[in-house]
Amino acid sequence: MIEIRCLVKRFPHKDKQGKDSFRTAVDNLSLSIGSGEVFGLLGPNGAGKTTTIRMLTMQTKPTSGNILYDGVEVEGHEVELKSLIGVVPQHVNFDQDLTVGENMELHGRLHHLTAPERRQRIAELLDYVELSEVVNDGVRRLSGGMKRRLLIARALIHNPRILFMDEPTVALDPQVRRRIWELVRQMASGGVTVFLTTHYIEEAEALCDRVAILSKGKLVAVDSPAHLRDNFQEANLEEVFLKLTEEKAGRGGA
Amino acid sequence: MGRILADIGTVFWRDWIVLRRRLVKFILSRMVAPVLYLVAFGWGLGRSIQVESGSYLDFLVPGILALNSMNISFNSITPVHAERVYHKSLEEYIIAPIWPDAFVIGKVLAAVLRGLISSAIILLLAGAFGANFSFSPLFLLVLVLNCVVFAEIGFLAAMKLSTYEAMAQVNTYILLPMSFLCGTFFKTAALPEGIRHFIELLPLTHTSILLRALSAGDAMPWLSLMVLLAYAFLCFWLGRRAFRQLTC
Repeated sequence: MIEIRCLVKRFPHKDKQGKDSFRTAVDNLSLSIGSGEVFGLLGPNGAGKTTTIRMLTMQTKPTSGNILYDGVEVEGHEVELKSLIGVVPQHVNFDQDLTVGENMELHGRLHHLTAPERRQRIAELLDYVELSEVVNDGVRRLSGGMKRRLLIARALIHNPRILFMDEPTVALDPQVRRRIWELVRQMASGGVTVFLTTHYIEEAEALCDRVAILSKGKLVAVDSPAHLRDNFQEANLEEVFLKLTEEKAGRGGA
Repeated sequence: MGRILADIGTVFWRDWIVLRRRLVKFILSRMVAPVLYLVAFGWGLGRSIQVESGSYLDFLVPGILALNSMNISFNSITPVHAERVYHKSLEEYIIAPIWPDAFVIGKVLAAVLRGLISSAIILLLAGAFGANFSFSPLFLLVLVLNCVVFAEIGFLAAMKLSTYEAMAQVNTYILLPMSFLCGTFFKTAALPEGIRHFIELLPLTHTSILLRALSAGDAMPWLSLMVLLAYAFLCFWLGRRAFRQLTC
């Protein structure tokens, strides 16, 4: 479904002497994600998770490397491949001048749904995320949890085959987090491939079939949570995560 | 082709529903500046000014139309800057399966609509103030072209500048001087030669020349039309390139 080969992303920056240099955010990342899988990308802040998602969702171009969806190279096929994916960003990025329903309508139009399809999907999805009551309210009036659920509903309007979720439960209370976990499980059981980033390790453990751990842009492990625990002989994934990312940070700082 | 038009329509639709919701406020706010210009420069100061072609009010109306459609078209695009830098809602278009140029064209068309509504308000007010002018399809074409050029410049600024302050500085350092110097309130011939040559390179000067000639029924200044068209194509090309560079 998703094939990532030797992906690299560098950003220009100034070094300590003020000279032009570059910072490597993602360094030679290769991954393969199967259809219907819930895949988690873990890493501490600044590990390169969001940059990876931005490359996979065609919001930024890789410096080098390839991304393929169903064997089709992204480069040169962006417009057609974008209809396969849905994106739940880390930050709330609604159109602030539109209502809840209008934000959904805009997304449906941008994905070329017909008017009857849009009406049906908007009603279904707002019902699914329990936001039907606020369809005519401005998005500014929603609570944090409501905004998160609306981001998910919006990303699903065109029935994407792959859903990217960047820190979907960040800064949410436990009840809302559990509700979003339920939504992710329901989507996966419906055949949607879910690619999520998180730095909540228990979230990855609860949701993901496999996880990849990034540290300073490099892939340090990829496997199922159970295999990672067994291989590193740790009681939980958090210990594995700390072991791998601290080791890496220690080596990097030496 | 149908899909490209649909994409342009979607981008335009978003701006249209926002405008529709605020139409009355938009119209009222757009009446303030033209009324002040017409009263101060047309009725007040204008009574003591004689121009070759008749009253100063008649001379003034095409200039006010030019500067006002420039300001409205440019500033109608500035929310795109907030969508890119602060609200991040531009990402919605970047991840959508649409032709990137459809976004540029849709936004420019929405700004042109706002520019034309405010131009219609000025024409009605000018008529009420007793100004004489002749309106024709070519006159409308020039107005549209002026709106297109400045909406595209606004789009380019929205893509390239990183702060609100920088956007405001475009108004202060570029649009405001152009409003007064580009043949709007007086002919550029009155300017010192060095400044005049520079001012005559700017698009608003050519809009003023065109609108004034068409309003007075004079011969069509084709060179000015060509210059305006060249600006429209150049600014579109720069705007679409800047939008595509957002994903680099």
